[in-house]
Amino acid sequence: MSNVANNTSASDAMRRKTRRFMIAAFAVAALAFIVIAAGGINKNLVYYWTPTDLHANGDKAYGAAIRLGGMVAPGSIKNQRGVSGLEFDVKDATGVVHVKSNGVPPQMFRENIGVVVEGTMTRAGYFQCNRLMVSHNNQYRAPKAGHPMNKQELEKLMKSTEGLSDK
Amino acid sequence: MNATLGRLLILGSLLVSTTGAVLAYAAGAKRSREGLRWAQRFAYAFSAMMILATLVMEVALVTHDFSVSYVAQVGSLTTPLWVTIVSLWSSLEGSILFWGFVLALYIAVATWLTRNQHEEYMAYSIGTWLACASFFSFLIAGPANPFLSVPFPPVDGPGPNPLLQNHILMVAHPPFLYLGYVGMTIPFGFATAALLRGRLGVAFIRPIRTALMLPWIFLTIAIMLGGWWAYEVLGWGGYWAWDPVENASLLPWLTATAALHSGVVMERRGVLKGWTITLIQGSFLLTILGTFMTRSGVFNSVHSFTQSSIGPTILVFLAVILLGSIALLAARIDSLEAEGRIEGAVSREGMFLLNNLLFVLFTFTVLIGTVFPLVVEALRGKQMSVGRPYFDSMVVPVGAALVFLLGIGPALPWGRASREQIKRSLLPPIIGGVVLLVLGYALGARNGWTLLTLAFGGYAAQVTLGEMWRPVVQRMKRGESLMTATVQAQFNRGRRRFASYVIHAGAVIVIIAIAVSSTTRTQREVSLAKGQSTTIGAYTVTFLGTDIRNEPHRVATVARVAITKDGKPVEVVEPRMNQYAAMREPIGTPAVHSTLAGDLYVSIMNLDGSGQNVGLLLLITPMVSWIWIAVLLMGLGGIISIIPHRQSSFAAASASEPSPATVAETPA
Repeated sequence: MSNVANNTSASDAMRRKTRRFMIAAFAVAALAFIVIAAGGINKNLVYYWTPTDLHANGDKAYGAAIRLGGMVAPGSIKNQRGVSGLEFDVKDATGVVHVKSNGVPPQMFRENIGVVVEGTMTRAGYFQCNRLMVSHNNQYRAPKAGHPMNKQELEKLMKSTEGLSDK
Repeated sequence: MNATLGRLLILGSLLVSTTGAVLAYAAGAKRSREGLRWAQRFAYAFSAMMILATLVMEVALVTHDFSVSYVAQVGSLTTPLWVTIVSLWSSLEGSILFWGFVLALYIAVATWLTRNQHEEYMAYSIGTWLACASFFSFLIAGPANPFLSVPFPPVDGPGPNPLLQNHILMVAHPPFLYLGYVGMTIPFGFATAALLRGRLGVAFIRPIRTALMLPWIFLTIAIMLGGWWAYEVLGWGGYWAWDPVENASLLPWLTATAALHSGVVMERRGVLKGWTITLIQGSFLLTILGTFMTRSGVFNSVHSFTQSSIGPTILVFLAVILLGSIALLAARIDSLEAEGRIEGAVSREGMFLLNNLLFVLFTFTVLIGTVFPLVVEALRGKQMSVGRPYFDSMVVPVGAALVFLLGIGPALPWGRASREQIKRSLLPPIIGGVVLLVLGYALGARNGWTLLTLAFGGYAAQVTLGEMWRPVVQRMKRGESLMTATVQAQFNRGRRRFASYVIHAGAVIVIIAIAVSSTTRTQREVSLAKGQSTTIGAYTVTFLGTDIRNEPHRVATVARVAITKDGKPVEVVEPRMNQYAAMREPIGTPAVHSTLAGDLYVSIMNLDGSGQNVGLLLLITPMVSWIWIAVLLMGLGGIISIIPHRQSSFAAASASEPSPATVAETPA
């Protein structure tokens, strides 16, 4: 009888030990996951900036993943017809960024329209664009020529463009 | 008239669902049989009123009754009938009403199927369903009311968002998604009832499983349809971009899949009850979080419609459910005692645990990446998003590990196994792995993760097919004919087992197709003048010219593009630009020449006014159509597993259920 009782308590102790081990292993795994995920997020953040924000962030812009929202400055589009070498300026009320793109621009692309370009700022002083998007949002209306959008409108624009042309 | 009637029905369903919920909980607490009967009547009454309200809206839409606010908002005399019918879910208010409609269907059917069973749990289940129903009735009656009266009705309306009318898949994707999302309410009700009762008996496990499997099937197909829609409409050539709205649909799917797996262990070993319940609660919470993310406008997208006031209301609901679930779990999880225990780590149940761990990791990876920008914006007012590389780098290893488990798990026996047994089951499928690896390499796959996925996938495919047909082979050895053995083993006694291997087969194909299609595509952007050609892969693409076509609700500019392969004409595809009256800018629709080996995707990037020059995006993506087919196969497997067999699947497991000892014939 006492033998049986001993066995049970021994196996209970075993079980408790296993349980403690499991909890510790789980905690370590969870911690490792959080560290890896946080690092992954930190490395892959895409900043939503207006031209003014981009200038304000200075050196941080070089090499960072940036979603730049603004208006295509009138008269700035060069070489729209060709497949490569498209250049234009993106501006808001107080800033201008020169953008170079290798893709074929989407149908709606033209002067004075709100655009979102994804890419990064190069040390040569231009924005290298990997992806050029024009808003599909039904609610959105382009501003009148010569009136750049304010920050709030641009932020809405940057959030409202879904994967349209990918490169 | 329609507006008033609709408002009355919605107020009625709000009243009935609230009263019914209170009454059902009281009946549950008192274990009153009479109270349960009344709760059932209230559930039917709610369903009837909500369904009628939706019918009233459909009548208003089809008859173009612009005195109803929602019809004035999305209706138009020029849209085709099918667009008019589906515009019920083309904007915010209607889509919430549609949610109520689907919830009403689910509640009515679930109440009917359980009318004479599981009395112990049903009052609490119905109470929980009706509590959710009263929240959505409140949304429809208040913040998202589609039945407001328009004092001076317009003669014509603008029609639904053109992006939604642009493709027939828009008819299918939302209903499937709603059937998946809303359906999670039913297992949530069961799980909450088990917690409130502090008990989860063997007999109640099967209805929980069936109630989880059904929305899982719909959600699986809905996610695929969403990806397919993006592929066929958005024009950038991909089907998944880790967009917040896509993640919102994936999150509950991940936890529900985990719950379906831990549910098997719960059913066979009597363990993991609290864990399975937690996963079910989590799945429901994630559907509400998904609704918040897609409908409140925190992420602006084609799903969010207009800025609306329902965001805070949904957030409050989410918080209440979250806190309630946590409190309930904390109070009651210990009372769902385990009846057995897990014996060895290297066993079928050990692999189930690993599977659950991976799915939970997957869920947190996606959840953190999706919610992080929201938190930063709320706290610091800065806008950013988490880039695709984060998701890819985190999810790809988890995906590869899942395929690995798809092979190892079913190959291992339940319980403790000898070293010899383990070797015998794990070694042979290596052949399948090597075959697929070599095949993939020969066909040009060079990406390390893709090759790894192919090797694991080949292994898993051999295990899956072997396990799928093993009972048939065993029966034939005992002298049964192929026909009898197949029917008996796959469709009668071992149906759930067979079904789960059908789902696994689909899953293996999907993961391989995703790995291959995302790492081996060829892309070109070209400008072509009329009559000019270019080549991509084995194809030659020629721009023949453009047509203008007048359609009732839009004007289309169609580019005719001839595709030839090895000098032989294959197809003339017609990517187009659709101009809708309500929209300033045209919407492009790509054209896809689809084969089993791969797709040639042709999308217009720009088109000059004269129709003489076109800018095209050309993409060759292998194996894309396998994704759609294999997901349908997964759905089919799900359907096979829940078809009632002799007795209702909501009924208790009876003695005819094979005992855990007969491994070959029991569900895996």
